[in-house]
Amino acid sequence: MAKKITLPLTDEIVKDLKSGDEVLLNGVMYVGRDAAHKKLVASLDKGEKLPLDLKGATIFFMGPSPARPGRPIGSAGPTTSYRMDSYSPRLMAEGLKGMIGKGMRSQAVKDAMKEYKAVYFGAIGGAGALISKSIKKADVLAYDELGAEALRRLEVEDFPATVVNDIYGGDLYEEGKAKYKKD
Amino acid sequence: MREIKTDEIIKTVSELFQHSCHYLPDDVLNTIKKAHETEESPVAKEVLGKILENADIAGAEQIPLCQDTGLSVVWLELGQEAHIVGGDLNEAVNEGVRQGYDKGYLRKSVVRQPFSARVNTKDNTPADIWTTIVPGDKLKISVLPKGGGAENMSRLTVLAPAQGHQGIIDFVVNRVSESGSNPCPPVTVGVGIGGTTEKTMMLAKKALLRKMGEHNHDPEVAEMEKEILEKVNKLGIGAMGYGGRTTALAVNVETHPCHIASLPVAVNMQCWCNRHEEAII
Repeated sequence: MAKKITLPLTDEIVKDLKSGDEVLLNGVMYVGRDAAHKKLVASLDKGEKLPLDLKGATIFFMGPSPARPGRPIGSAGPTTSYRMDSYSPRLMAEGLKGMIGKGMRSQAVKDAMKEYKAVYFGAIGGAGALISKSIKKADVLAYDELGAEALRRLEVEDFPATVVNDIYGGDLYEEGKAKYKKD
Repeated sequence: MREIKTDEIIKTVSELFQHSCHYLPDDVLNTIKKAHETEESPVAKEVLGKILENADIAGAEQIPLCQDTGLSVVWLELGQEAHIVGGDLNEAVNEGVRQGYDKGYLRKSVVRQPFSARVNTKDNTPADIWTTIVPGDKLKISVLPKGGGAENMSRLTVLAPAQGHQGIIDFVVNRVSESGSNPCPPVTVGVGIGGTTEKTMMLAKKALLRKMGEHNHDPEVAEMEKEILEKVNKLGIGAMGYGGRTTALAVNVETHPCHIASLPVAVNMQCWCNRHEEAII
């Protein structure tokens, strides 16, 4: 049974999340990929104000296909997360508490998740049509010039995801593989 | 000499990309359905169920299966008795990509300069176009919208010939294992063996176009495909890497003669969303 979660995330919420838990996310999340992450970290380095409030925020690693007329967004599945690994610890230090993507994270990111009490959710890669149905509103927040890679703000209802890395060091990828591996 | 108009090529390429980004080939869909039925891991079974649901929504509501509608890979097999009229063949293919990605609301995922400015070309061109001249008077067009997640897991190695069969098996299985959840399993594993290295890579990529359930016509190679598939599905990675029995849907191996000193092997994977289509003009 999937747990309903209301964003933004808090220490109270993340302490109850364990690797393997299925969740339905509700509320506001942000969208950014490699190029947006690069710009966010560059802004932090320069001491500039960011276009979003990172406290308790969740970032979905995604670049949508264009929306057909009358729809908030096009296909909207996760991109591979390791490309954000070099930026994520910095954003967690500034308050980021949730990341949504697909694929394994580095040890440095996993360590930062424990230190800053943040979680990494997996969304089903390639299931962009299904996931788009949970997105009710989408706006470009900044970096419009990046096109599909712009920073976006989403309003979601029952966005389906699975906890991959929790704040206790749990890792669904390692646990799942160990359980089903045959010699 | 039979004439083939570039307008027809443009229209065909445009339609192939639009259609392939919304509909999985039947053989791929049926293989995923079988994996869904037999999967032992409840989490992986749930994922496979959602992948099937996603395919229904994509077709019914015209939302691309995956937001990554790929770099446009196009193979042309041009009959030597055919004559292209109305313009440049490669430009016609690129115009087809341009129109298809615009009309189909597909994502434009190509950047002009690969390592610094990385400014989007905004129309998904240029396509990767691979042309061969064949007997006949027709033009066969095969398209593969190739997503970045699976493509980034590609690898090439050149083994010593003494490493042989076992060396190949170890390299391919290890590559799938290391890739883990990144290429969106259950994957199709394309393997190229032989040629010089650019040929090896091409064999691996083109192997992805093969119909599910079909094996290499050489019995020894077909055995190798079965052996690798069995080993890969013992890794436990499963759908989306959450743990399960189906890490790959198929392993397709293509071979080519090679130099006496070489044994090149390439791996090119495709995500579960193995979209590809072809048409003959």
